Amino acid sequence: MKRNHDFEAESTGTDVPGVPDLTPEGLAAEWAADSPPPSGSTANLAASLVAAGLGVAGMVIAVGLGLGTPGEPRPGTWPFIISLIIAVLALAQLVVGRRGGVDGERFSPLSRMAAFGFVTLLAMVWLMPVIGFEIPALLLCFVWMKFLGGETWRSATLYSVLVVAAFYAIFILGLGTSIPHLF
Amino acid sequence: MDFFDPVLNGFGVVLDPQNLLYCLMGVVIGMLIGVLPGLGPAATIAILLPLTYGIDPVTAIIMLAGIFYGAQYGGTITSVLLRLPGEASSVVTVFDGYVLAKQGKAGTALGIAAIGSFIGGTVAIIGLTFLAPLVASFALDFGPPEYTALALVGILLVATISGGTKIKALIAAAVGLLLATVGRDVFTGAERFTFGNLSLADGIDFVPIAMGLFGIGEILYNLEERHRAVSAPAKVANVWPSRADLRKSSGAIGRGSVLGFFLGILPGGGATISSMVSYAVEKKRAKDPSRFGKGAVEGVAGPETANNAAATSSFIPLLTLGIPANATMAIIFGALLIHGITPGPQLISEDPELFWGVVNSMYIGNILLLILSIPLVGLFVKILRVRAAILAPITALITILGAYTIRNSMFDVLLVVLFGALGYLMKKFGFEPGPLVLAFVLGELLESNLRRSLLVLEGDVSGFLTRPISATLLVIFVLVAVGPMIKSALARRQHDTTRVNADS
Repeated sequence: MKRNHDFEAESTGTDVPGVPDLTPEGLAAEWAADSPPPSGSTANLAASLVAAGLGVAGMVIAVGLGLGTPGEPRPGTWPFIISLIIAVLALAQLVVGRRGGVDGERFSPLSRMAAFGFVTLLAMVWLMPVIGFEIPALLLCFVWMKFLGGETWRSATLYSVLVVAAFYAIFILGLGTSIPHLF
Repeated sequence: MDFFDPVLNGFGVVLDPQNLLYCLMGVVIGMLIGVLPGLGPAATIAILLPLTYGIDPVTAIIMLAGIFYGAQYGGTITSVLLRLPGEASSVVTVFDGYVLAKQGKAGTALGIAAIGSFIGGTVAIIGLTFLAPLVASFALDFGPPEYTALALVGILLVATISGGTKIKALIAAAVGLLLATVGRDVFTGAERFTFGNLSLADGIDFVPIAMGLFGIGEILYNLEERHRAVSAPAKVANVWPSRADLRKSSGAIGRGSVLGFFLGILPGGGATISSMVSYAVEKKRAKDPSRFGKGAVEGVAGPETANNAAATSSFIPLLTLGIPANATMAIIFGALLIHGITPGPQLISEDPELFWGVVNSMYIGNILLLILSIPLVGLFVKILRVRAAILAPITALITILGAYTIRNSMFDVLLVVLFGALGYLMKKFGFEPGPLVLAFVLGELLESNLRRSLLVLEGDVSGFLTRPISATLLVIFVLVAVGPMIKSALARRQHDTTRVNADS
């Protein structure tokens, strides 16, 4: 690895140890090693079935809207064609990807963070019209910083308050938007 | 000088102080959001769409042009400083840009990228100024069958060029088309897929889809991926590249501009391809190719010039044919529609002031980018040093509150969050959100033109093949759709035979 050697001799920043050879190939290999494993065959089965189900449901509803003829298209014509395409492609994917393939990413224990983030966002959407945006936003910031981001109690509290105050100043005081707010 | 009159009037529009101010704001805010790790240009523009609401259309478009260039450059900054490309087209920038940064020359890399982007963008705008009216006049004769075929080719190209499995990309595109049918049917008034929900009767708005899939989707994904955070360098000095660096890069910038312009006109991932081709060309031309990957300035200058030139020239199919060439253009297309502007061949002749205002605002956006990027680099480095744990809820709140302000509707916000979950899941299961958004934007155009053509052709589908332009486009469609399948089947057969030979 002579190249690696050259690079280290030239570089001045050593704060990230073990920076490998940054040739395109090396970097691509490193990214590949870094990225989570592909989603795999079970995920392909599930995704294909969901897509196929969507296609079939679309076709059923489209038939209800009236299929018409090429000369006289009805509201259901176009949705039926697309739904059929979705169903056919999904079945094709079911077969083509049965061994997994290289795309997608497997869920990891950390995926719970994304799920948790989604639930908190939903809670915010639910609470905002009821009690205004300030308290839900404060809670969202705090929870994301403390529990999803691993900030300390002190910094999470401090930054949440600062962020919400800044948003209040910009959206309510500055821009005068009609975002539901408590104060 | 009949040709130049409207062009010059367009400058008058852009140089209006208020418009200049909005363009400036667009560039700065675009860069600020675009520099956040994990948010590429498409996500940045989607998140910032609400900003352009409630201002006069021309001003809004000018601001969008600013956001567009700012967001593009934001992706470059993260490529160089963090090794995190904002989008596929700045992946190659990482090769030499990050090494330069490690050598303490991040400033040089960012400076040369800004200069290259400026020159590439400007060359592409000049090309656009001359080419766009030609393409538009050619497309003026297009009827519904031609538009149907063109939209089909556009969607297919974007789906096949995007990364990942082709079938999955096509499924995503078809789902986008299906989502576009939700709401009242324009021809008969029948309600489709509304399930009796009043909010769905007018159809799903484009903005919540874009903000959800690109914005919240990326934010949720980053929540999970954040443990892989990288630290930004403490300080970036000497942003202005040295004369030697400029001399070394001038050839790369020149070649990148031309290359990017021409590749960018092609539908699909023009910017990505052009940046890769430019890198390959520069490496091939170099006296000492081994410098590449170890901090060659040309390796940053060429691709960055090319991707900006391509990003600019991909406005040509959008503004003259009304067909967005990639996901970012799809978002700009949606934004134009919101402001009551339908991009297409008529735009130049019917609303020259607006058309040239849009084109010329790109010059201004580009110049402002060059002027601002260099002094603001320090600020971006500071932003990059803010911990992701603190940035994540801020971007989420910007998206949520922004989505509310569009129509003061909580339903829109709910849609944003739901599409965010969909975007996250699509990413996990290997579906690209780009084709979905693009197909959604083109969905109504495609359906109404298909139905109109069927009416014109009296239900005779073969009529598509008797019109030369639509026939050509459909042949291209079939080639693009079937070509790769035949190729991979052939490759597999060859592979099998070699394996059989080896076994025996």
